[in-house]
Amino acid sequence: MRIDALRGVDFEARFGELSFLVGPSGCGKTTLLCVIAGLLDRNGGDLNVLGQKPDDLSAADRVVFRRRNLGFVFQQYNLLPALTAAENVAVPLLAAEVPRREALDRSKALLSRLGLEKRSDALPSKLSGGQQQRVALARALVHEPRIVVCDEPTAALDHATGESVMDLLASSAVKPDRAVVVVTHDARVFHHAQSIAQMDDGRIVKVSRNSSLKEAAL
Amino acid sequence: MNFVALRMLTGDRAKYFGLVFAIAFCTFLLENQTSIFANIMKRTASQILDVTDAEVWVMDPRTEYWDQTKALKDTDLTRVRGVPGVGWAVRLFKGNPVARTSTGKFAASFLIGLDDATLAGAPRRMLLGSWERLREPDSVVIDQAGYVLLFPKEPLRLDRTLEMNDHSVRIVGISDASAPFASLPVMHTRYSEAVNFVGRERTQLSFIIARAAPGVTAQELTARIQKQTSLRARTTREFAWDCVRYYLANTGIPVNFGITITVALIVGAVVAGQTFYLFTVDNLKQFGALKAIGVSNLRLTGMILLQAFSVGALGFAIGTGMGAAFFEIFLHKLATRHIVLLWQCVGITGACIFFVVIVASLLSIRRVLVLEPAAVFQG
Repeated sequence: MRIDALRGVDFEARFGELSFLVGPSGCGKTTLLCVIAGLLDRNGGDLNVLGQKPDDLSAADRVVFRRRNLGFVFQQYNLLPALTAAENVAVPLLAAEVPRREALDRSKALLSRLGLEKRSDALPSKLSGGQQQRVALARALVHEPRIVVCDEPTAALDHATGESVMDLLASSAVKPDRAVVVVTHDARVFHHAQSIAQMDDGRIVKVSRNSSLKEAAL
Repeated sequence: MNFVALRMLTGDRAKYFGLVFAIAFCTFLLENQTSIFANIMKRTASQILDVTDAEVWVMDPRTEYWDQTKALKDTDLTRVRGVPGVGWAVRLFKGNPVARTSTGKFAASFLIGLDDATLAGAPRRMLLGSWERLREPDSVVIDQAGYVLLFPKEPLRLDRTLEMNDHSVRIVGISDASAPFASLPVMHTRYSEAVNFVGRERTQLSFIIARAAPGVTAQELTARIQKQTSLRARTTREFAWDCVRYYLANTGIPVNFGITITVALIVGAVVAGQTFYLFTVDNLKQFGALKAIGVSNLRLTGMILLQAFSVGALGFAIGTGMGAAFFEIFLHKLATRHIVLLWQCVGITGACIFFVVIVASLLSIRRVLVLEPAAVFQG
């Protein structure tokens, strides 16, 4: 049985912007995110990520491209439970063959900027939900990716914690040479976005930018 | 990422120690059983290997192993001595008399009768006394285990007497002879005395032991003896292996040990493999996240292999330590003396554990390789 998860998507994420993908459950937001990240293959349309067409890359090269240029923030954090916060943050650097000492130093510096200096040696089980998501955010940023994709980053958090995480995302992740794409259905955080693409049934039905965001989302 | 792999492995302490000790016990069981088996089989040739003076054994053509012999004619000794290349050749008798102490305790025993003139084949490892005292009349040298069997809880002491076939014999030495396959006392005496202690038969020459003259190998000598005398001639090593093969082919020992070893291997493989596979399944989300982050399949395969081999190596080391400790403890007990952990068994066990680890890791690797990184996005 064939299911078309995406059937009419025209999406652009710009550097320096926090772009939201919003819509009801099952509308294809995460699928689109996976396609952008190169985790899912598509069978139609054009995709251009940072000036590169993923179709032109071999499977191995796509892995390298993803490792260098993308950072991920998962809904369930997906931190490695056996690693400390700093070690978790260091994983993308270790995957890129950065020496362990240097990777840990950079990780701790980033955690310090995100207000987790004193928790860098704690295991994820000892961290609150908000702290874990901040560690996950640090992991997504430590290797200076050009694109950060976040899948429901506040879904597992209460409103206040979610707000603080989004504030952190907006202040730390967004840079002139970096695009941040957030998949969410949490309307309470829409005000953080510079652009919102509304999805429904596999299609992007509306894209709103800047001042008209909140009204458009509602 | 090796660091990450090892931390993931040790993070779940329960599974980690479960894995390590599963492999450790599998190792211990395999090394223990294979070594015991090999050592017990070696005991079937103990009395042959203890004769370090000779390098060639001559026997009746139908003699297959040590315990069952057909006596040679006395003239066969002269014939063997006449074969070119024989440095020397002497008689050796083997019998199974019943030895009885003054308190009435008795035991069937191995009695080895040595050439009167040379005492070739005498036990060279002595605990008390000297084998040279065998030149005294009615004297025997008994092994320590046999002494303890006949004189339980008594200190080792010479000049005690035994009765064999109405003959009173005196213990003039206590040897550290290799343990025989059957737990019987091993006694040495002179050939002329042995045939009396056992009881006269028309022919009683069990074996002729010989040594090659300089420039002739033992192998060459056996061929010459066989050709010239039509008797069966084997080197010490060949005859020892004949005994081992006889017991392998004609007893249930290999089957019993084989079953134990096979079960140990299967159980070890299943437990280790299952535990490792479950460990991987439990960490599948983490592996998915790593895949999404950009860790290649090759790197993940390397991580899993590192996890498997590190736990395998540690388990193997602990198991081998346990095995070594076991044998060290029991080595000093009379009943299990000279039963040691054989390096060949350690090697074979290592190969088996390697196989177990490979199988366990392959199942896990496959699971991770087919994992879609996008699956990590599913809540």
